Amino acid sequence: MTEGKKALLVMGCPEVPVQMSIVLYLSHKLGKAGYDVTVAGTDAAVKLLKVSDPESYYVQKTVDLDQLIADIVEKKIDFDLCFTFMHSDAGMTYGATFSAISRAKLYAVVFGKNAEELAETIDYPAEKIVAKATHNPNPLKNKIDKVVL
Amino acid sequence: MSCVEQMKYKLYLERTSFKDAREYIEKNSEEVYYVDPGYKIFKDYYIIGVPPVAMGVRGKEMLFTYVKPCHGTFVMGIDSEEEIARLRERETEKLKASLKGGPKTKAKPAPSSFSDIWKQ
Repeated sequence: MTEGKKALLVMGCPEVPVQMSIVLYLSHKLGKAGYDVTVAGTDAAVKLLKVSDPESYYVQKTVDLDQLIADIVEKKIDFDLCFTFMHSDAGMTYGATFSAISRAKLYAVVFGKNAEELAETIDYPAEKIVAKATHNPNPLKNKIDKVVL
Repeated sequence: MSCVEQMKYKLYLERTSFKDAREYIEKNSEEVYYVDPGYKIFKDYYIIGVPPVAMGVRGKEMLFTYVKPCHGTFVMGIDSEEEIARLRERETEKLKASLKGGPKTKAKPAPSSFSDIWKQ
């Protein structure tokens, strides 16, 4: 039963192209599975998302990343699932933060040129979804599809 | 934008990894305290980081990590006696709590006879 359950997608820096397509894909997939989906990101990442999905077909709720962290720490909101997207040390650090502040089951979605090396630096509790993908989203999509939700 | 960026700050490391930033704070501070991710400083900045998150004190300056998704980790320094006092107070509270929660050692009664001394 996923009805009423909440999922969070945390976007990292939007400079790697596969991130946006996988965020839209995963949001759609989770929505179809009955999850109430929220997508968090920096101002730039949220703008990219809104231009890509102008009628909010795939993503209905977006939130500023800093505000979201404040709200979770202050216990105003939390989630059942959390997917943190990362292709850099900063993204990995954000993942560690969500692991510490949220009770959600954490998935680390690791992509980019150095995906495997970056994944090895994750030592907090998270299910790792790793694919060396930058322009072609399919390797990452295939890994996402294997995750049992 | 966090309030931290609008304050008077110094940057000691820029666009580095979190691990290197933590090591810088540990090596270059007079006092080092460890906090959990989400620890709030100033008006509205919640620390982003991989535990243990190091916070340093050097004179009147507090050293801390500041993470931006597209730019990596920075080591910032801001003069703040209030925040330093909070860190020290928090450490004292932690210490007190660990002393209270530690294993209870029952005081042994003083021996009442010479044979009791040998039993001990």
